[in-house]
Amino acid sequence: MADEQQDVDAFTGTATTGHVWDGIRELNTPLPRWWLWLFYATIVWSIGYWIVYPSWPLVSSYTIGAFNWHSRSAVVSDLDALKAERAAMVARLGAASLQQIASDPQMLAFALAQARPAFAENCAPCHGAGGGGAKGYPNLNDDEWIWGGKLDDIAQTIRHGIRSGTESRQGAAMPAFGRDGMLKRADVDAVADYVRSLAGLPIGAKADLTLGKKVYADNCAVCHGDDGKGKRELGAPNLTDAIWLYGSDNAAIATAVWNGRGAVMPAWVGRLDDVTIKALAVYVHSLGGGER
Amino acid sequence: MATRCASAVDPREALRTEPPLGALVEQAKAAALPPSAPSTPDVPEPDEEGPLYAARRKIYPQRVQGTYRRIKWIVLLVTLGIYYGLPFVRWDRGLNAPNQAVLIDFPNRRFYFFFVEIWPQEIYYLTGLLILAAVTLFLMNAVAGRIWCGYLCPQTVWTDLFQTIERWAEGDRREHLLRDQQPWTADRLARSGLKHFLWLMVAWWTGGAWVLYFADAPTLVKELATFQAPLVAYLWIGILTFTTYTLAGHMREQVCLYMCPWPRIQAALTDEQALNVTYRYDRGEPRGSVKKSAALRARGERTGDCIDCYQCVYVCPTGVDIRNGPNLGCIQCGLCIDACDAVMAKIGRPARLIAYDTDINIQRRQEGKPAVYQIVRLRTALYAAVIAIVGAVMLYTFATRSSEGISVIHDRNPMFVRLAGGELRNAYTVRILNKSLKARSFVLAVEGLTDLDLKVVGDTVTTGRMAVIAVGPDQTHELRVLVGTYSPLPPAASIPLTFRITDTETGQRASAIDHFRGP
Repeated sequence: MADEQQDVDAFTGTATTGHVWDGIRELNTPLPRWWLWLFYATIVWSIGYWIVYPSWPLVSSYTIGAFNWHSRSAVVSDLDALKAERAAMVARLGAASLQQIASDPQMLAFALAQARPAFAENCAPCHGAGGGGAKGYPNLNDDEWIWGGKLDDIAQTIRHGIRSGTESRQGAAMPAFGRDGMLKRADVDAVADYVRSLAGLPIGAKADLTLGKKVYADNCAVCHGDDGKGKRELGAPNLTDAIWLYGSDNAAIATAVWNGRGAVMPAWVGRLDDVTIKALAVYVHSLGGGER
Repeated sequence: MATRCASAVDPREALRTEPPLGALVEQAKAAALPPSAPSTPDVPEPDEEGPLYAARRKIYPQRVQGTYRRIKWIVLLVTLGIYYGLPFVRWDRGLNAPNQAVLIDFPNRRFYFFFVEIWPQEIYYLTGLLILAAVTLFLMNAVAGRIWCGYLCPQTVWTDLFQTIERWAEGDRREHLLRDQQPWTADRLARSGLKHFLWLMVAWWTGGAWVLYFADAPTLVKELATFQAPLVAYLWIGILTFTTYTLAGHMREQVCLYMCPWPRIQAALTDEQALNVTYRYDRGEPRGSVKKSAALRARGERTGDCIDCYQCVYVCPTGVDIRNGPNLGCIQCGLCIDACDAVMAKIGRPARLIAYDTDINIQRRQEGKPAVYQIVRLRTALYAAVIAIVGAVMLYTFATRSSEGISVIHDRNPMFVRLAGGELRNAYTVRILNKSLKARSFVLAVEGLTDLDLKVVGDTVTTGRMAVIAVGPDQTHELRVLVGTYSPLPPAASIPLTFRITDTETGQRASAIDHFRGP
């Protein structure tokens, strides 16, 4: 049966493929017939896919399949199903106050689970994956809150953003005292030294604190307070604590006074639904610095 | 049945009375040859590449009686009895747990096995069981070949059951063979229909028993009967009905020959000391008919005990000829031993021409030396040692496993936070496990820093060094834990912290170690 070139294994009488590994030859054992039929069956089965699912490319479109199935619409319907599954808890969160959510273990767990992906999607690009912040972007884990750290303050900040153009959380930006000619370079350097002294940071021997104090009282105190503790209603940060959004060295403070500061955060009302905003407020509050 | 069987194993009687036996012998001889042999029908003319496929030979395993058949009946009854009956065994665990002895509770992520309850966190027990199972298979194989394949494998057990049903409905080998050559009469149709109906019933029951392991069995049976069970239950019953009916009814030996990897692994695992179902060719050859052998013996010439009656081939569920030597197709069920013993008894020769034996012993007997059986040897001792060690480790970990646990993950971003007042703070996600079936409360304490402030987010009571956490029965509780300190730390500090929980009632403890990081 086998032609001359074919190597036939003497023991089994089966032809080999001619492949040899370390003297071990591979038998060319024929497939069982049912396997072959199974193979044909899979080919026939695949035709079913052509009919049911989008498959063949056409000139400007493609065959859409018998049930108009689409991967995007499948995701949408899955998400709808998920929404329906969560509807009861979402309704509970919608009706509850932030304080109620934070103190009810079941609602708290749901809110945190809801907020984590929302935070990663919307907040993490600026505030960091864990809310650790960066220069110019506040750390949400600490206990310094420029606009307030109570649950309602945080929710308000998320809803309306900072200087985003909505009616709330407007707060005038810090003026560019140097660039706009309100203060001279010497005044700016002096007030930078004075601000450092407020926070208890070391200052240079040549620092003119008298001039600095006068400049501060004339220009800064109106927003940051006579004692430098800041005013939350204006979004003016506390200058006496250990947390510095833009850095605490002379140059950083002098730059702030010269050019002004006015960080912006977008308003999320309208972009995120109210329950997600509530969940995010509870989540940010839970990161560790939330105030009661 | 018994009388027909007795006549069937008498070769002389069979040769005289059965017209198609000559054809059967031809067929069996063809079976013993490789599938591509020219005498095999249905194989297409091969081109230079060889045949594309091999047609399947239908196997009609003959009924047989004897020691190994009895062992197989007992194994079949025990294994199937366990499979079908186990879900209904009850085990009282108290209020907060199901009372089913064996239950895989997927929704709640629990596995119950009598007094054992396994959590997903303890999946390493499954790893241990798999290692034990693998090494036990190796040991079985080193001692006595494919015990698993021949007696214990579900494919073997269900195929055995299905072949028994087939013989009951359509007759034993010869009757069935003859009937298959006749046209479709009403009788043949009825018998075949009865067989397939019974097969489907067994298959359906098999699928039905399967789903009972995943829910409360009596409840699910009621739901299934009233069509109120979840769709997934019906779906799985359908899937298992299909696979059982197909694999045990139709695919049978094809699973062992083409689908299962174990025969190949087997070929690599066996050795010359392993007891395998062996045709003792030293005793059997040269084979010949009873008359010829008797004539040769009368003349004082040497002749073998094998009378070439093919009973060993007829009873074989995978259709191999054991006399061709060790074979991937042989599942070593021992039925050919029973068949051959019956023939040897009839012709007055000693039993066990086919027996559990080793290659070494055949060679030794040929050299005139006594047979040796070395069950205990380095290989089996090593396997046994591995089983003992793994088993002991599992027993130890199981006996000493606690009913509470704690795990800690340090926040990755940010690693630490400086608070307005200058305090340095690290945040952790702590999970407390209560594996007991009653609600418990634990004191959570953190040690490792002289000046340390512990806060649990959401918990308004505790600050300081300790917190009291309540965990529900058979539940875990996840907490966000903040640890702060005013202590001056070395640069890039990483100070080990111990998180310890202590049961407020029993004093049982568990702890985990993480680190406090600084700038």
